[in-house]
Amino acid sequence: MLQQLFKFKGGVKPATNKAPSVQAPIGIAPVPPLLVVPLHQSIGGQPQPLVAAGEHVLKGQRIGAADKWVSAAVHAPTSGTVIAVEERITAHPSGLPTLSVVIEADGKDEWIERQPLDYASLEPEQVREILRDSGVVGLGGAVFPSHVKTEAAKAVPMEELVINGAECEPFMTCDDLLMRERPEGIVRGIAIFRDLLKPKRVLIGIEDNKPEAIDAMRQAVEAVGEDFEVVGVPTRYPAGGAKQLIRVLTGKEIPAAKRSPEMGVQCFNVATAYTAWRAIAFGEPVISRIVTLTGNVEQARNWEVRLGTPIQDVIKLAEPKADTNRFLMGGPMMGFDIPDLAAPVVKATNCLIAGSPKLFPPPAPEMPCIRCGACAQACPHELQPFELYWFSRARNFGKTQEYNLFDCIECGCCSYVCPSHIPLVQYFRFAKSEIWTRERDKSQADAAKARFEFRNEREEREKAEKAERLARAAAAKAAEKKAAPAETTASAEPATAAPVDAEAAKKAAIAAAMERARQQREAVQPKNTDGLTVAQRKEIAEIEARRAPLQAEQPTAPAQAPDAGGQQ
Amino acid sequence: MLTAILIMALGAVILGAALGYASIKFKVEGNPLVEKIDAILPQTQCGQCGYPGCKPYAEAIAEGEADINRCPPGGMEGVRKLADLLGREVKPLDAEEKPKQVAIIDEQLCIGCTLCIQACPVDAIVGAAKQMHTIVESLCTGCELCVKPCPVECIRMEPIPEKIDNWKWKYPVFEIKPVRRAA
Ligand code: SF4
Ligand code: SF4
Ligand code: SF4
Ligand code: SF4
Repeated sequence: MLQQLFKFKGGVKPATNKAPSVQAPIGIAPVPPLLVVPLHQSIGGQPQPLVAAGEHVLKGQRIGAADKWVSAAVHAPTSGTVIAVEERITAHPSGLPTLSVVIEADGKDEWIERQPLDYASLEPEQVREILRDSGVVGLGGAVFPSHVKTEAAKAVPMEELVINGAECEPFMTCDDLLMRERPEGIVRGIAIFRDLLKPKRVLIGIEDNKPEAIDAMRQAVEAVGEDFEVVGVPTRYPAGGAKQLIRVLTGKEIPAAKRSPEMGVQCFNVATAYTAWRAIAFGEPVISRIVTLTGNVEQARNWEVRLGTPIQDVIKLAEPKADTNRFLMGGPMMGFDIPDLAAPVVKATNCLIAGSPKLFPPPAPEMPCIRCGACAQACPHELQPFELYWFSRARNFGKTQEYNLFDCIECGCCSYVCPSHIPLVQYFRFAKSEIWTRERDKSQADAAKARFEFRNEREEREKAEKAERLARAAAAKAAEKKAAPAETTASAEPATAAPVDAEAAKKAAIAAAMERARQQREAVQPKNTDGLTVAQRKEIAEIEARRAPLQAEQPTAPAQAPDAGGQQ
Repeated sequence: MLTAILIMALGAVILGAALGYASIKFKVEGNPLVEKIDAILPQTQCGQCGYPGCKPYAEAIAEGEADINRCPPGGMEGVRKLADLLGREVKPLDAEEKPKQVAIIDEQLCIGCTLCIQACPVDAIVGAAKQMHTIVESLCTGCELCVKPCPVECIRMEPIPEKIDNWKWKYPVFEIKPVRRAA
């Protein structure tokens, strides 16, 4: 069967530098003595910790529960003791800490009880829940929770399922090796996604510079007996961008405002399919991933690394050369400098590159834009990077949005070709995060305004209600007064006696209630005072002592403060 | 001649009627300029501008009574946006620009007087008489109005720290600095 291929616009052909890291098979990295597992490893809600310091955990035990639907669980990568749940540096360009579970490995690497499942007998909804609770997310680097992507759009029939094995970033070979060594697992994982989405065709796109991977996948598809098409796509960066690969394989253009299921197509990475298969058929959650170690190193190779392994432990395996001065996470086109090597390997860590001044020479000084248009030709999304650059630089964010800033996938093609060495992508990232901040501020301001207005309304209403109550009481009194003289003519005595009696009775009732309340107060004893330690008792005594003068002052304080507040 | 005058007069009457009708039919509730100004103001409701809330300040600006540089939470960016909208000169802010803050109650000291609840313009404080009070951080606008009324001084303001969720890519500048080796 001959697959018709389409072309995407733009793109570049940087040196691939993939050869060094495909020589050796995937190695299994040793389990480090200490693992730091950040809880927030995917797009979406921040998972809540399920363990506390001091607890013993088993390999594969859930330590972070998915928060709402768009989120994915996090698991202990090995057995051991939780020594802290605290803020630790994570693998993020900011170098800021995030809530993480720190685990001291016990060396036994003992699995939790795993439950293999036959997904054919499960409801699709149950399969999605298992995927979420096994922490299956997009391992191509976007870390979007996969179960969310397995829901087809209601109105549009699903036509194609695209599996992304293109791996277009230079240096990176983790998907290549996974396809060569474990193709059957990938194919079976794809079948899970296929059964959830029910597309008409399944297309596996692999760049044609990976003939071994294409062969291995073709054989596996045959061996499993599926009808997936394995398609070699021309090697051109960024063929592995989801939208580019969809375009190449199906000819469909996904506009920025639409999600791909609305166009009847969905895209998954090969490694994601593999982890989905492990999760369902073996009950193994995502606790490790393949990481390419390459660049300025002696031993470039792919390793299966437990998530949470500190990056400094991992790079030792590759033996970086002496002149290494920086480390990149991700590829040279889209990756970022790791600010702190204590940061752990996370689900998004597909590649670690050691850099040296020779390998990545420092950028030449930025020159003015000469409007040559090279960037616009290279942009796979047909944007006009020089316009975007101009407006981002001038902080004219409204204009950047008019020029579709948010269509930019930060692929770096424009920076790569720019003869003036302008770091265009950095400007776009800056502009995007400024716009996000503004939108967040705006929505907070709107919420504050709504609450303020609601509060004012409530105060008005309460005032009106109070006035009405008073008016009604006054009216009732007036009516009583009017009625009283009328009654005196009939029977003088009971009429005058009754109000007096009522007053007295009311007073007595109030006094009785106050007395009851006082007795109740006295009868109440704090319940949790037995068996306190000396230190706790001392602390209570101190707090009581601090409170005594405050409570003595209290009656006067509220009387003064309202005008103090009212003046502001 | 007479017909010409009549036609002109008729035209005037018809157009007048149309305009009159349109002014009733398409009447805009409230002053649209005030709404636009109010949308730029940060809605902190702190009163630092000298008006009891953002809306009154917006009204005063629209009336031309107030200057555009009186809102400290809005900062220079707010001044710039207002200047843009109103076609006025950009002026330096009439106060110091502060980082965004939230209020925090020292719960050990709170005596449950409810005074801060009454002061908070956005109902960000939860509590009841003689019970410990606390501030819902995500709702607090950092207006500082609750700090003064507290009789036991248990409310303090803290700047919002930079976290991964609110971290921003910086403006690309290339500082000239000695190369630091990776640790
Ligand atoms: S490639 Fe560089 S110099 Fe040429 S138009 Fe784009 S930004 Fe300007
Ligand atoms: S980084 Fe953005 S603007 Fe530049 S080529 Fe890629 S998609 Fe286009
Ligand atoms: S100073 Fe700014 S935030 Fe505060 S009330 Fe005035 S306009 Fe609103
Ligand atoms: S809690 Fe205090 S600082 Fe925060 S919005 Fe309310 S009054 Fe202002």
